Amino acid sequence: MQNKSNKLPQERNHLSGVEINHKVNLIENGLIDIPMLQLLDEHGKETNPKATPDIAEGLANKILTSMEYTRLLDERMIGSQRQGRISFYLACKGEEAAIVGSAAALSDDDMIMSQYREQGALVFRGYKTEQFMNQMFSNQLDPNKGRQMPIHYGDKALNFMTISSPLGTQIPQASGYAYGQKMAGKEAITICYFGEGAASEGDFHAGLNMAAVLNCPAIFFCRNNGYAISTPTEEQFAGDGIASRGIGYGVRTIRVDGNDVLAVFAATKLAREIALKEACPVLIEAMTYRLAAHSTSDDPSGYRSKDEEAKWQQKDPIERFKKWLDGKKWLNEPALEAYKSNAREEILAALKKAEQVPVNPLEDIIEDVYDTPPWHLKKQLSELQQHVAKYPQHYPKTSGR
Amino acid sequence: MAKMNLLQAINSALISSMEQDERVMVFGEDVGHFGGVFRATSNLQEKFGKGRCFNTPLTEQGIIGFANGLAAQGSVPIAEIQFGDYIFPAFDQIVNETAKWRYRSGGQFSCGTLTIRTPYGGGIAGGHYHSQSPEAFFAHIPGMKVVIPRNPYQAKGLLLSSVRDDNPVLFMEPKKIYRASVGEVPETDYELLLGKADVVKEGTDITLLAWGAQVEVVEKAAMMAEKDSISCEIIDLQSILPWDVETVCESVYKTNRLLINHEAPLTGGFASEIAATIQQECFLYLEAPIARVCGLDTPYPLAHEKEYMPDHLKTYEAIKRTLDY
Ligand SMILES: Cc1ncc(C[n+]2csc(CCOP(=O)(O)OP(=O)(O)O)c2C)c(N)n1
Ligand SMILES: [Mg+2]
Repeated sequence: MQNKSNKLPQERNHLSGVEINHKVNLIENGLIDIPMLQLLDEHGKETNPKATPDIAEGLANKILTSMEYTRLLDERMIGSQRQGRISFYLACKGEEAAIVGSAAALSDDDMIMSQYREQGALVFRGYKTEQFMNQMFSNQLDPNKGRQMPIHYGDKALNFMTISSPLGTQIPQASGYAYGQKMAGKEAITICYFGEGAASEGDFHAGLNMAAVLNCPAIFFCRNNGYAISTPTEEQFAGDGIASRGIGYGVRTIRVDGNDVLAVFAATKLAREIALKEACPVLIEAMTYRLAAHSTSDDPSGYRSKDEEAKWQQKDPIERFKKWLDGKKWLNEPALEAYKSNAREEILAALKKAEQVPVNPLEDIIEDVYDTPPWHLKKQLSELQQHVAKYPQHYPKTSGR
Repeated sequence: MAKMNLLQAINSALISSMEQDERVMVFGEDVGHFGGVFRATSNLQEKFGKGRCFNTPLTEQGIIGFANGLAAQGSVPIAEIQFGDYIFPAFDQIVNETAKWRYRSGGQFSCGTLTIRTPYGGGIAGGHYHSQSPEAFFAHIPGMKVVIPRNPYQAKGLLLSSVRDDNPVLFMEPKKIYRASVGEVPETDYELLLGKADVVKEGTDITLLAWGAQVEVVEKAAMMAEKDSISCEIIDLQSILPWDVETVCESVYKTNRLLINHEAPLTGGFASEIAATIQQECFLYLEAPIARVCGLDTPYPLAHEKEYMPDHLKTYEAIKRTLDY
C-alpha cells in the first residue's frame, strides 16, 4: 500500500515515505537484524580476505606496539595505585583493539573527545610516557595544571580534548565541535568515544539527534564492554544494543567486533570518509569486554563470574592481532619483547621522575577560573598566601615554593 | 545499640524504612545486587527483591524523573545519585518538577514522599568532579528540604525522618567520613526532627556553625581556641532548608559572635543566607562581623585540595580575628 507517490509537500519529514497498512501490528525489537562486522576470527584468521583493510606493515606494527604499551602502562599504574603512589587509575585492558584500531583510522587533525578508558588513542597519537606520568601525578608539568584526577588527560597539540568526568557530556559537544570544523572548512572530523552505560544519559540522545539534523561530521564510537561499573547491559537497556538507536536518529550505523582490530579499523576508516564527504554523523558500536576492574576503586568479583572473565580472556584482542601478524610473517617476537621490556623500564623511570616534580605553585589556584582572575579571587589568594606562610608545615606541597 | 559507621547507619535506616512501609523503593546506578559504589544499599535487593531495590540505567535525569512520577503515584521512592557532582543532569527534574509539583497542582498531587540521597563533599582527592558541595543550589528551591547528617546516629534518624516527611528531601551524605565516622546507633527505628539544629557543644564566646564533615573541622578549631581560653559553642545545622534560625539566634544572643564554615565556595554559599538572617535578627547583639570560613570561589582543585579547604587552622584564625575585633 504505497502512499509515497501522492505525499503532500508540507508533509516532508512528518509523513514522507510512510507506508500505510491495515492491520493492528506492533513492531518488535529484532525487526532489524544488526550484524557485527568481524574480519579476524578468534584464531586470528581472516574471515573474508577481500574485505581485509589495506594496512601496511609499519602501521600494523604501530597498532600492535600501541596496544602493548597501553597494557603495560595499565599494569604498572594499577600497581602504583596499590602502592599508594597515585590515587586512582582506570585500565583499558581488553578494549585496546577498539581504541587503537579506531584511532589508527583517523587523521591527526581529527579531534578526539573521549570518556576516560581511551588512553590507547593517546598512545597511538604519540603522547609521551612522561606526559602520562605528569598528568597522573598532578604535577606542575601537567598541562591541566594538576587539577584533575589521574587519567583525565587532555592535549591540545594532539587534538585530544581534556576529559571531563560527568558521563556523556562530550557527546553533544562532539556534534558542536564537528559542526564548527565543517563551517571552518576543515578536512577534519570529531570522534567521540563513550561507554554503553553513558549512552543512557540524555546527552547521548540529544547529541546524536543534533548531529543528524545539523549534518555534523562526527563519529560516535560506543565501547559496548558489557558493564557500567557493576551494571550489566541487560539492566542498562532492553533494545538491540546502542546500534539500534543510531537508526532511530537517522544516523548511519555499524556494529563491529571490538576485539578485532581489522574490523574496527575498516569500519572507522569508512565512517570517517563518509562523515567528511557527506557531512554526516556515523555511529559505531564496538562489542568488547572490560577485562579489568572498572577502576582501582572497584572489585568485579562482586558482580561477575571468573568464568565469564575467562571466556573473554580467550578473545584477547592483542593475541588475536598477533596471530594475524604472525600469519603475515610480520611478527618479530624478539623485537617485540625488546620493545616491551624497554617500555616497562621507560614507564618506571618516568614514574619515578614525575612523582618528584612539585605541584603547581599556590598562585595557580585562582588561574583559569576566568581568562584573568577578578578582584575577589586575587583577594582570596592573598589571604590564602598569608595563611600558608603562617602555617607552612601544614601545607607542605605549596609552602616551600 | 550497635557500633556503626555512617554507611552502615544509612543502610540500617533504609532497611528500617523498607520493612516498615512496603511502598518504599530504593534505586539508582549500581544500587541493586552490588549494593552501591559505596555499599550504602548492600543486601537490600536480597532482602526485599528486585522490584523494590534495583539498578537503573545510567541517567540521573531519568532517575529523578522516574522517582517524581513514582512519588506522585503514591509510592515512596528513595533515589540515589551516585555522586553529588552528577546530580546536575537531574537539576531540571528537581527544580521544576520535584519541588513545584504540589504547588502547581494546588496540592492535588505532590512528590512529598520522595527522598534523594547523594554523597557530597571533598577531602578524598577527587578533584572538581568528585568533591563538590552543591547544597546552596538546592537551598534556592522553594518546595525542597535539604538535610545533611554529620555522624551515624544523626544519619539514621534524619534519613528515616526524611523518608517519612511529606515533602521532597535532598539528603546529602558527607562521603569523606562515610567509613571514618563511627558511633553507637540504635538498631531500632527512630526519627530526628527535620528543621532542627543540634547544639554539639555549649560555649560562651563565639558560635561556630557547620554541617556534615565540617562539624569535625570546627570541633578541632574549637579545641585549639580553648587553649587560648576562648569558649566556643558548636552547632550542627543538620537541616539546610528550612533551617533552624531560632537555635542559631539563641546561641548568638549568648555568645555575640558567629562563624559559619562550609566547604562550598564563599560567594552565594549558604553561609551568606545565614549571615544575612542573623544580622537582621541579632544586630544589636553582635560584637563582631559574622565570619565565613568557606571554600574559595574556584572549582574544587586536586593538587591544591589542602590549600582550598576551609580547614581547622583557617577556622581557628577566624575565631581569633572575630574575638579581637
Ligand atoms: C553523570 C555521571 N553519572 C555517574 C558517574 C559515575 N560513573 C563513572 S563511570 C560509570 C560507569 C560508566 O559505564 P560505561 O559508560 O559503560 O563505561 P565503561 O566504564 O564501561 O567504560 C559511572 C556510573 C559519572 N561519572 N557521571
Ligand atoms: Mg561499559
